[in-house]
Parts: sequence; structure tokens; C-alpha cells
Amino acid sequence: MSTQIALQVEAKHRGLGLSDEQVLEMYWNILLARRLDERMWILHRQHQVAFHISGIGHEATQVGAAFTLKKGYDWTHLYYRDIALALTIGMTPRDMMLSLYGKQGDPASGGRQMPSHFGNRQLKIVTGSSPVATQIPQASGIAFAIKYKGTDEVVLTSFGEGSTSEGDFHEALNWAGIFKLPVIFLCENNQYAISEPTAKEMPVKNVADRAVAYGMPGVIVDGNDALEMYRVVRDAVERARRGEGATLVEAKTYRPVPHSSDDDDRTYRSREEVEGWKKKDPVLLMRRYLESVGLMDDARAQEYEARAKQAVDDANEFARNAPYPLAETALENVWGQVSEQWSVDSGQKPSTTH
Amino acid sequence: MSTNVVMPQLGESVIEGTIGKWFKQVGDKVEQYESIMEVVTDKVTTEIPSPAAGTVLQILIAEGATVNAGTVVAIIGAAGESVSAPVPQKPSDNGQALAPTLPTNQPTSKLSNQRLTPVVARMLADNNIADAELATIQGTGEGGRISKKDIENFLKTRGNSKKPGTALEAWEQPGTGELFRPTEEVFGKPYPQTPTPTLPAQDKPDRKQQAYGSVGEEIVPVSPMRKAIAEHMVRSKQIAPHVTSVHEADMSRVIAYQKAHEAEFAKQGVKLTLTAFFVQAAVVALKAWPIVNASYTDQGILMKRDINIGIAVALEDGLIVPVVKHADDKSLLGIARSVNDLASRAREKRLQPDEVQGGTFTITNYGIFGSLFGMPVINQPQSAILGVGTIQKRAVVRDDAIAIRPMIYLSITIDHRLLDGAIGDQFMQKLKQFLEEYK
Amino acid sequence: MATLTNIDAITRTLQEEMRRDPNIFITGEDVGVRGGVFRATKGLIEEFGDKRVVDSPLSELSIVAIGIGAAMYGLHPVCEIQFADYIAPAFNQIVNEAARVRYRSNGTWTCPMIIRTPYGGGVGGGLYHSQSIEATYAHVPGLYVVAPSTPYDIVGMLRYAFRVDDPVLFLEHKKTYRLIKGDVPDDYYTIPFGKADVKRAGTDVTVVAYGLMLHETLNAAEQVAADDISVEVIDPRTLNPIDKATILASVKKTSKALIVYEDNLTLGWGAEIAAIIASEAFEYLDAPVMRVAGPDVPAVPFARTMQDFFMPNAEKIASAIRKLAKY
Repeated sequence: MSTQIALQVEAKHRGLGLSDEQVLEMYWNILLARRLDERMWILHRQHQVAFHISGIGHEATQVGAAFTLKKGYDWTHLYYRDIALALTIGMTPRDMMLSLYGKQGDPASGGRQMPSHFGNRQLKIVTGSSPVATQIPQASGIAFAIKYKGTDEVVLTSFGEGSTSEGDFHEALNWAGIFKLPVIFLCENNQYAISEPTAKEMPVKNVADRAVAYGMPGVIVDGNDALEMYRVVRDAVERARRGEGATLVEAKTYRPVPHSSDDDDRTYRSREEVEGWKKKDPVLLMRRYLESVGLMDDARAQEYEARAKQAVDDANEFARNAPYPLAETALENVWGQVSEQWSVDSGQKPSTTH
Repeated sequence: MSTNVVMPQLGESVIEGTIGKWFKQVGDKVEQYESIMEVVTDKVTTEIPSPAAGTVLQILIAEGATVNAGTVVAIIGAAGESVSAPVPQKPSDNGQALAPTLPTNQPTSKLSNQRLTPVVARMLADNNIADAELATIQGTGEGGRISKKDIENFLKTRGNSKKPGTALEAWEQPGTGELFRPTEEVFGKPYPQTPTPTLPAQDKPDRKQQAYGSVGEEIVPVSPMRKAIAEHMVRSKQIAPHVTSVHEADMSRVIAYQKAHEAEFAKQGVKLTLTAFFVQAAVVALKAWPIVNASYTDQGILMKRDINIGIAVALEDGLIVPVVKHADDKSLLGIARSVNDLASRAREKRLQPDEVQGGTFTITNYGIFGSLFGMPVINQPQSAILGVGTIQKRAVVRDDAIAIRPMIYLSITIDHRLLDGAIGDQFMQKLKQFLEEYK
Repeated sequence: MATLTNIDAITRTLQEEMRRDPNIFITGEDVGVRGGVFRATKGLIEEFGDKRVVDSPLSELSIVAIGIGAAMYGLHPVCEIQFADYIAPAFNQIVNEAARVRYRSNGTWTCPMIIRTPYGGGVGGGLYHSQSIEATYAHVPGLYVVAPSTPYDIVGMLRYAFRVDDPVLFLEHKKTYRLIKGDVPDDYYTIPFGKADVKRAGTDVTVVAYGLMLHETLNAAEQVAADDISVEVIDPRTLNPIDKATILASVKKTSKALIVYEDNLTLGWGAEIAAIIASEAFEYLDAPVMRVAGPDVPAVPFARTMQDFFMPNAEKIASAIRKLAKY
């Protein structure tokens, strides 16, 4: 390790107010998310699980953003690629694996939803669904409630660039702009909505270009740089906490894997393009950064890999051995129970006239 | 000018039929030869063509009712024509004994053709209201329909009417003391009992009044086919002393032949089933032992020249036995073709009446449902029935060594009035030999 | 005891509840300064301010979605959709989101919100101000759908709606807003969901009706009483879930059932009631189960003659009752 470099240039993370432990923690989350995600692909190709939708490529975007939030205090309303984000906020690899296998005890939905439909009451990760972009105006609703109650919580909602074509996106930003709501709209632009590139998705070059129409700042950031993500999103969070309203953050990143386990991306893009991304792999970039500031070497990297493998193996075994939910539980939780105390008889039956 | 629709005679020994379904209602138009009703007998279910074109003026016999052949069941005429009573009809002259006149317990008023609503039907059953009582109820619903209110009103007044044989008032009854003993009694005539009220004869099965939700039991009405089967089985066992003996046969050669030839049969549109082989075997054995093809009658043994093999076919709600006529004239292909055709039409309920008559011997195959061997009931008026069990690979002894062969148990039930065990067994040996040496 | 119109019952109950619970807010188009285009929220912004009575942008989808987010946070929003005819853009958020929040999170998240909307025709509103929407939404498990039609029922059920932790679609027949008046007791009471009401006891024919049709049916029942036909009128009040017990008990008593609804006949709410009666009260029926409903045309036409052709009314209902009684 070269202490000379460390003395000459202030490490970027320290300039942002992050300690060495914190930046290593960022790396850990990025690495863990990657290894977990890779294992999920393998399980699908081995026919052990029915479906997987991946966040590979998005790790820096998500971990950088998540580090700006107060876990269990601020709210998040995520979409299906946010494995790294959910892990950083506090969901565990076991949670993810239970939901992947659809087993009993899956905290997000008890096996009712497909995998990657995150939800956790304690962590304030709002229950997600499959229709795209529905979470965005609901996040504005949460922000509306935050403002209503007068706290300094914020809500971060994430979505792909394809979601910005849905009416829900526009109506959500409209409300957030009108009412100056404490919400961070994080667009994880990975260039493809399943098979459709951004040129087919929008008439403008950047999602962030739309922000002006909704009376809020739009910021573009390199989604493969976790520290840049941290910087930009932190600004947006602080803006929101100060009561100055919403921000649209567009993280430019890439999706090197197919849309989901059911997709074949060879039908719409070249292998050269995908190979090109490998130079910008966020795991690689983060490791290089840490090496450059003397916080990472081969021995430590291997130690992290071993820890990650252990966590993934543990989660995998745990979920594989867990029982399936009892079939009859499909009938539960349609309606809530209403306390008898709210049935108050009037003792009278008055008449009606016309 | 109206035309009567009569219950036909379906089958030489059949004297009655049940209306399974009316395809037309009062007021409907019908073409000549258009199917007007479905009739069920214990032999066959078939659609009956209308004898004339016109409008259905009256339906006299309801669905589910059984009447003798020759009974007028409906009247067709010009729309609006009024018909007060069924036109008397000559019974069909096919040389058979004349059908007796209409049973008196069949109501002839137009009440009997009306459909009853569910609640009325239930009230009739729950309150044991007989058809004759129903006939006295005037319907105030649309078109004279009997409504729930009509039944309610009827029930209110029912208890009050004095029926013949109702209990007399106390002072109207003879006393028990010597002082009151009537002179008839003194001179040996039976002492008059206190008469108990008698309900008019019912032809509906008694339905116990049940509260809904009573545990475990309910009465379900029988279909005409089930009724016919029940009567037939009881009668058969009563007439003929049934004796069953069981033989086993090695089906290797038959199965091999079947496998070798099924493709070429299929090319001719025929599925070569094992049933065809059993029919062939039965023919051979019957030729060798013609007494098995005969019937025992009080007048003597009725020998039959024709060999007509009945094949029992399971239906979802019962069974039916179509007959391969003149099976001895047919090749294996011809037998297989007949069997295919009869079985499929049996399941579609498209058999003609003569296809379920005239059998001289019957084969029943319960092996398809896994039974090893059984003791089938003779199909009257025949004298024997062959039961075919399931084919099972078993270890058997051949030349003092163990071999694995597809074995089958074959049962023969004989009418011991006519046939003795020795005859039955020798018949079976012939049958078995034919199967085991098949080529 | 107070005498209120249907719409007063709504306004007064909203006011009471907002005083009781500071987590309740109302949003929708024109609900604030204007007091609602029907004046259902009249006076509320003056009392509670524009933070709690919020004029929304013209976007039904997000009126509902904002409500869903706020409900999941812990508030109890009342989202008004100005006319039921305009609820379609919010369908995704209502059916796929609000109604499924509890189920999809296995009970860890809930969505306590009320979506209020005026529906129904007979007001010269034409195709897009007269629709009935209950058939579509009553089909959704997890979404309460209620349609109380008298002031007494409205007060009791709107109060109950705020006690329920699931989304409620609260349907208000616009023609009855000022047409129907009734007494409301002073003491606090509620009417739980899923309980039908026998609005008129009778013995010969059971008629199930709600909304404006409830009142037309009560009129019809009066008319046929002169012909000695005794009609029992059942007001379901809750359209999802259905109070089968009350309806079946009545049909078992009278043996004749007629269901009246203003919506298109085919696949309307009453079709389900007919199916329930046919399968669970079959042995008690003395006549086929009948329905009186609107014709199967896209909606209520504007011209007076066509509107009258579409809308069932007391005469049409009475005629159907007579036919059924005679069967």
C-alpha cells in the first residue's frame, strides 16, 4: 500500500464525509449483492427456482443512494432490480432467498409474490408490485403524508427509465412539484427497457430533462460510481429534509444481463456491447478505488469474497431447506379484522321520506 | 283432427316404458318424424319420432312416469284445438299379448304433465302428499300452475276432511265390555277393529321428512335404468340357481396374436381388443356344447340355433348388454368390428332395440377394473354367463420350471336347473384350450 | 334526532370524523375552495384548512395513488373521484394496488383509505355522468364496495369506513343526494359492512335493490300493496362482501326473488345475487329468479326519452313484481 498517495490526495470518500469503515461497508454491500445475484442466476439455470430478475450492473447506483438514507427512519418504495438497495437498507440474503424460492417465512409476501417484490415494515420498505411505475405516485403520497405530519423523513423511490413513460410517473412528479414534497425520484437508467433502448422510450435525451416540466431539479450522475451517487443523492435528501421539495436523479448505468431469467438479450443487442461494459463493472471500479486509497489489497479482497460466499451459501441452504407455505394460507389476509367495538348499534330504525 | 302419441313397445318382452324426457312442451310445434320424446326401458333408451305434424295439445304422462305400451302419452293436433279426453287407441298388433289397460294410479288430469317448482315438489314430499291428493288441488298460478300458496292452503284444510275410514268419535265406536258386544261377535264374526285412517295408495317412494342439514342421509330418486337393472338382477337370482366355477387361462398366444395383428386391423378401422378373442372362444365352446346356448323353460329345454353373444358394457349410471348377432358367422375381424361399434354406440345411448335383444350367451369383462375373478349374474333368459378377470403376469409352472405368463381367471356361472358343473367345466376347458392354443 | 338529506349526511359525517381523527384528510378535484361540485365537502376547508382539504390536480390516477401512499404511511385519506364515470384512469391503482396491499404483503402493510364517488343516472347526465361502476369493483377481493342509500345508512357506514383498515369504495347515488331525506339519531352508532337491511317486510315477493333503485322499489312495493301483493325489500347496503344470509332467509320465506339494479343487465351486480339464490335457495323457489335492470347499451343516453327508456323506475318494477307474484 502506498501511503504516499494517501497523504497527497484527500480520498474522495473522506471528502464526502464518509469514514473508511463506511466506504468499505459500501464495497461489502456491492460485492454481497453481486455474489447473491450471480447465485440466483445459477439456481435458475439449474431449474431450482422458477424465476429471477437481476440487479447486476446497478450495484453502485443503489448502494451509493442507499447510504444517504437513515435506515428504518426514511422510506423507500423500490422496484424489482433493487437487490443491492434493499440489502443496504437492511434486508438480508436469507430474506431474498426465501422469496426467490417462494418459501414460508418470506418476509416480503409469505410466498405470494414473485421474487424481488421487496417489502419490510420495520425497514419502511413499502410493499412493491409488478405493474410498472405504480410505486412512484404512491411515493409522492408517502411524501405528502410526511409533510402532513411535519417530520423530516424523506422517501426515495426508484424505477427504470422505461417507467418514466407511464402516466404514473408524470402524475407523481406533478404532485411532488405542486406540493413541494420530500421525495427523491431515482431513475436507474440502464439503457434498456427489456429489449427497447432509450431512443424508443423517450423523445428527449435524458430522463432528467423532464424535471423542469415538474418544477424540480433534474440531476444526471454516473451510476457506476458509488461515491458520485452518494454525493448527488445526499444533496437531494438534504434538500428534501429542508422542505425544499423533490429532486429527479438520473443515474446512467447499464444492464449487462438479460431483463429477467425469461429474456434472451442476444435477440436485441450485440455481445461486443455487453463485453464493453465489463470495463465499467461497479464491483471492479469500487475495488480499484479502494486499492487506490490503500484500503484494499488481494488478501482483503479474498477475505471479502470468502465472507460473501459464506453469506450466500448460508442463505441458499436456509431457503432451500425451508418449507413451502401451507396451501390454505392462500385464503388469508384478504380482509382485515375489524374490532367488534366498532359495531355500535343505534337501537333505532328511523324512517326515510322522499 | 288430433293424433295420439302412444308408448311404443320396445323389445319383445317389454310391456312398459318410462318417459325419460319430453323434447316438446304443450303448445310447441312438432314436425312429423321429429323426435318428440325419449323413452327408457330396461333394455334400451331411445328417441321416439312424432307420428304427425302439428302442435302438442296435451302431454298426459310426465317425465319419469312408467306406463304400459300402447298408453296414450300425448296428443298432437291443430293449435287451439280442444281435446277433452285421449282418443282410445288400438294397441299395436304385433302378435303379442295385449297390454293391460292404463293403471288406475296414473292420474290422467292435466295436472300430471305440469312441472312442479322446487318448493312445491319439496312440500309435496315433506308432507307426503300423494298424486291423488295433488290431483284434487286446483292451481291458481299462471296457466293453472300449482303454486306454493296452493299447497299451503291445501295443507291447512287437509287435516279437516273426513276420509273414508277415519277414526270415529269415541261414542261412535263399539265398546269392549260384554254389554256392548255386538251380536255378530257373539255368533263368531270378527270383532270390528277401530279402523285406522288409510292414506290413498301412493306410487311415489316415501320420502322421510327431513330437516335440512340432518346428518349423513338423503333419498335420491332412481333412474329408470337403475330400476330396470335392480329388477332384473333380483329376478335372475330368484329364477336360476347360480353356480360359479373358475378356470385360469394362459393368454400368451392371444396377446401375441393381438400385438402382431392390431396394426393391420387398425388399417381397416378396427381396434382389435381382447374382447373379440373371448367372443370367438365362446363361439367355439358353444358349438361344442350347444346345451350351454339353450334356455330352461317349464315346457322343456329351448334349444337355440343362433349364437348371439352379448357383451356387457359399463355406462356411467349402469350397464347395458348389446348383442353380437350370429357371432359364429363372423371372422375375428367381423367380431372385432361389431364389438367396437356396439360398445361405442352403447356409451352414446344410440343402440337400436333389437341390438339388445336375442342374446343366447353373455360375456362380462370386469377385469378392466382390476378384479381377478368374479361370480357374475346370469342374463335372463340365458343359461350361462362368462366372467373375464384382469390379466396378470404370474409365475406358473411349465415343464416343472417356473415361467412368467400373462394369466387370466375365467369364471362361468351356470343355471343349475339346466346345466351341471361337469358340463360347465367341460365347456370352459374347450374355451380355455382355444385361447391357449390360439393361432 | 336530525333530518338530513343524503348529501348532508356525508358532509356532516366527514366533518365529525375529521374532528375526531387528525390523520384524516380529503383530496380530489374541487373539494376544497369550491366545496366539491356537488357541495359534498362544503364548509370543510373553512374549518380544517387547505392542508386537510386538498384541491388536487386533474388526475384521478394520482388522486388515488397519493391516497394509497398516505394510507400506507398511516394517514386515513378520503379520495374523491368527481364522477364515477372518471374512475377508470385509477383502476390500476385501485385494483392492482390498493386492494392487494394487504394480501401481497401477507398482512404486514395495509391500505386504509376511502374512495368516494357519485354514480348513477336519471339526472340528464348522458353517457359520462350517469354510469354505475359497482359490478367491476365488487368483483375485487380486498376492496370493500358499499352503496348506502338513506341518510341513516350513510352516516353509520361512513363512520364504519374510517374504522376499517382496507380500501373502501364508497358509492353515492347522485340523484339521491338531495332527493332522499331521513332521520339520523343523535347518539353515536355505526353500521358494519356486510350487513343487508330489510327496508320493508313482506311475504309474497323478495326484491333486492340499492341506490336510487331502492327508493323506486319501495315506491313500487306501495303500489302493488293495493293489489294485495306483499313485497319484502332487501337493501344490501354492502355490495362486496355480500350478505348472503339475509337475502337467502328472505327468499326462503317468500319463494320469489326479483333483483333490481340500474346498471346494464348482463354481468351486473344482481346477476351474482341471482346465481347465489339459484344455487343456495333452489328448493325454496316457486318461480324463476328475475331481474329488472338497464338495457345492455354502453350507458345512459342524454335525451329525455332515451334516458327514461334506460332507467328502471317504480312502474317497471311494479309490473315485474306483479308478473312474478302471479306466476
